[in-house]
Amino acid sequence: MDNFRQLTQYVLSGLSNGAIYALIGFGFAIIHNATGIINFAQGEFVMLGGMLTVFFLVFCGFPLLPAIVLSILIATVAGITFERLAIRPLKDAKPIRLIIITIGASIFIRGAAMLIWGKDTHALPAFSGNEPLYIAGATIMPQHLWIFGITILVIIFSRLFFNHSIIGKAMRACAYNAQAASLVGIDVKIMVMLSFAISAAIGSLAGIIIAPLTMTSFDVGIMLGIKGFCAVIIGGMSSGLGTVLGGLLLGLLEALGAGFISASYKDAIAFIVLLLILFLRPEGLFGKKETERV
Amino acid sequence: MTKEKRQITIFLIFSFVLLVIPFSLRESYLLNVMVFIGIHTMLAVALNLLMGYAGQISLGHAAFFGMGAYISGIFTTRFGLDPWLVIIMAALCAAAIAFAMGFPILKLKGHYLAMATLGFGIIIYIIFNETVNWTGGPSGLSGIPNLKIGELVFDNDFHNYYLVWIITLGVMLLSINLSQSRIGRALRAVHDSEVAARVMGINAWVLKVQIFTVSAFISAMAGSLYAHTMTFVAPASFGFNFSVELVTMVVVGGLGSIYGSFLGAAILTTLPEFLRVFEDFDIIIYGLMLIVITMFMPGGLISGLQLLSQKFFLKFKAKADKGA
Amino acid sequence: MLRTIFIIIFLSLIFVLFAGASFAAPPIKIGAIFSVSGPASFLGEPERNTAQMMVDEINKTGGVKGRKLELIVYDTQGDATKAVQAVNRLIKNDKVVAIIGDSTTGNSMAVIPVVEKAQVPIISCAAGIKITEPVKKWVFKTAQNDALAVMRIFEHMKEQKIKKIAIITVSDGFGSSGREQLKLKAGEFGIEIISDETYGPKDTDMTAQLTKIRGTAAQAIVCWGTNPGPAVVARNAKQLGIKIPLYMSHGVSSKRFIELAGEGAEDIILPSGRVIVADQLPDKDPQKKALLSYVNNYRKHFKVEGDHFGGHAWDAIMLIRDAIERGDATPMAIRDQLERTKNFAGIGGMFNYSGQDHAGLTKDAFVLVQVKKGDWKLIK
Repeated sequence: MDNFRQLTQYVLSGLSNGAIYALIGFGFAIIHNATGIINFAQGEFVMLGGMLTVFFLVFCGFPLLPAIVLSILIATVAGITFERLAIRPLKDAKPIRLIIITIGASIFIRGAAMLIWGKDTHALPAFSGNEPLYIAGATIMPQHLWIFGITILVIIFSRLFFNHSIIGKAMRACAYNAQAASLVGIDVKIMVMLSFAISAAIGSLAGIIIAPLTMTSFDVGIMLGIKGFCAVIIGGMSSGLGTVLGGLLLGLLEALGAGFISASYKDAIAFIVLLLILFLRPEGLFGKKETERV
Repeated sequence: MTKEKRQITIFLIFSFVLLVIPFSLRESYLLNVMVFIGIHTMLAVALNLLMGYAGQISLGHAAFFGMGAYISGIFTTRFGLDPWLVIIMAALCAAAIAFAMGFPILKLKGHYLAMATLGFGIIIYIIFNETVNWTGGPSGLSGIPNLKIGELVFDNDFHNYYLVWIITLGVMLLSINLSQSRIGRALRAVHDSEVAARVMGINAWVLKVQIFTVSAFISAMAGSLYAHTMTFVAPASFGFNFSVELVTMVVVGGLGSIYGSFLGAAILTTLPEFLRVFEDFDIIIYGLMLIVITMFMPGGLISGLQLLSQKFFLKFKAKADKGA
Repeated sequence: MLRTIFIIIFLSLIFVLFAGASFAAPPIKIGAIFSVSGPASFLGEPERNTAQMMVDEINKTGGVKGRKLELIVYDTQGDATKAVQAVNRLIKNDKVVAIIGDSTTGNSMAVIPVVEKAQVPIISCAAGIKITEPVKKWVFKTAQNDALAVMRIFEHMKEQKIKKIAIITVSDGFGSSGREQLKLKAGEFGIEIISDETYGPKDTDMTAQLTKIRGTAAQAIVCWGTNPGPAVVARNAKQLGIKIPLYMSHGVSSKRFIELAGEGAEDIILPSGRVIVADQLPDKDPQKKALLSYVNNYRKHFKVEGDHFGGHAWDAIMLIRDAIERGDATPMAIRDQLERTKNFAGIGGMFNYSGQDHAGLTKDAFVLVQVKKGDWKLIK
């Protein structure tokens, strides 16, 4: 019985963390699907979401909801600015330059956050209390339910958006073949910008809803960004559901690895799995195989 | 002058200047900085072979640097092996790992490659950090002996300067040769278009693995030298941040340019000195530098310098022509 | 006319400048290396602030032996390479007579060969026992050994009849040193470590490790780390409904920890320097005066609580000042006088250096405190 209780706790903890990774990974996938770029600055939007909310809530004394909305708006504007200033001028560059420029941007945003808000760690109050909930002998926090809920909402919304709205379809068309898309009258530039905006918004939203649990500081973006990236690679870039499954799997792996093998090596275990997937099935566990375009 | 001759001349002048510098800097703090610039140059050149010539990014190169440093540190302090022997051993070991890892890793492209190398770097970092019995864990491994040849002990900046720079110049010469050779031309072809290169009968994959291996070999050697000059190593020096710093050196200096690597290493190593006035601003300036140079100077600072000097020469020539 | 006045003003200005420069004795240069940015900035920042604040203070009250002090601080970002570069620069370029720092054990170890060769005394602000054991001629430290904190905790456990414990430590320099000491000293107190877990410095969820601990027969948990990790541990422990006592290290003895851990912080016990409970100390406590002045001073300058990490720099600066007062402002004299320091009431404790002891503190340097109603409460 006790072993069973332990196992359910690992699974539950793993899934809760996995949902966070999935949500962050989602931001990666949106930009990648529209532009073919992996945005190494994605983690910084997560950080911005958390830090901005702390700033508005704690320092400016705003109520929670306006603070959240304002933070997402600012992070979205930051995403658009970044695309406009650094990505668009380089539209035909090789991946190596794009990778470097997004790394540069992530360092820059991190540095700016450190200068503005200092190096301290901050906590947000939980949205709905701190009384743990019991599920089959295991516990989670009410905040985890928020994370699960918002992740599910984001997935449903993006499914509807990309498959059924004109703009969403146009964005997918750009990802598939930008030239052809522009020939049928789609403004590729706007679509690329939109993808950065959406992805920054989702990233900052993720940063906000996890801040009550994980706390936030100027440098949380690196590790969360990398984990989100892993989720996306494990799940496969092309499918939204795949990203979610990838995130959940990564979270489970970490929790079970920490519980049954060794907590010291849990990140190493996650990365070894990542490498294995990249080597054996680079399109991800749940992705469709892509052919290389020349 | 033929192109080859000009290159030899430039290299000889470069080496000569570097080898006489210590006599004017004797016992000065700058000499110490130059030792680190030497080690970083070696690393930047190694990474540049991969990034500049083969067009493949690595976000985990600090791992090979760390392997060299730790293998040297561990085997000389715990087993008392001969440091020179261990340096060779460490470099071969890192090269072997790179070779084995290279086949699956370099099959990947672009962003996937970046992610795989990043993951590899983090795994190695975790191993440095967690195998406390071997590496001393996060607080580091101290008491690594200085290198020596007979009676000559490399225990001050003056000696270390020559130790590091003679090897660095050797590495630079090797890299220049490599870029001029058939392999270098094939690499450039791969860089420009892999498919086209494949059509011409170049096995791009094997070529990339080869260059990855050479790059790891040089990086590990730099790591060993680092361990013996610092006499101390700690995992924090070999993490993701340092990998990114290495990429920055290569990009800032100039992708595909050996002297650019030197320039990049020199700038990034001395930058903190200048930035001390602006404390805390350095991280922002790193970021800006990466963005601005990638956007506006894809050839790095070295190409800017070349442009300037060409303009200067042209003017000079025009004047001379007029005079005649 | 205007021109003449201008020239006269100009000349007198130059004269004043030169006179000022030639009449005042040159300042005594003291170097400092701290990890002001990077992962150990929680140590380096208060240390840098405190050191600068104290040097300004000393200069305001006339300096040392009529000479001003000049503090030259370099940020090492927690990186050994940068630390070695900075120390070389301090010694060869700035020609300092003594050095303070670095904030971490690793960096302190890295610079030891450099200062030993140059024969300049260094006072490290890091806790690792390796720094001053074995004793090195030029190396001192002000941060309390981790072993002392561990012994405080184990003494308390012995009183509470706790025999089996679980430990969870962070995998950085601070945590691994604590883990080593916990394992080393447990036997002496008849305590058995039945579960040994770690977590990464950037980890955001420790429920897996704590679940594992919950499944054992441990009677108490010791967590060794610095913010924010232990705050996550405290929250997760509360979430999992873990009822056994939770002990923390001195790494979290600042108000920030209570803020971050929230309700999870309640009842946690930890060893700490006296600084966080300065106002609760009895008046006869020899350290009280220094502690209160430091706490008030720091709050005045930086608007936040002074913590005991900053205290390490306070101690280092004052120790050097006293050494120069007693002797000469040369590296050799400072070293010799430092070694003769007796009954110095600092922030970290009562310092007594000697030829055999360059750490200078006993386990009395720590008191045990418990979090009660969101504030520190002195135990005993």
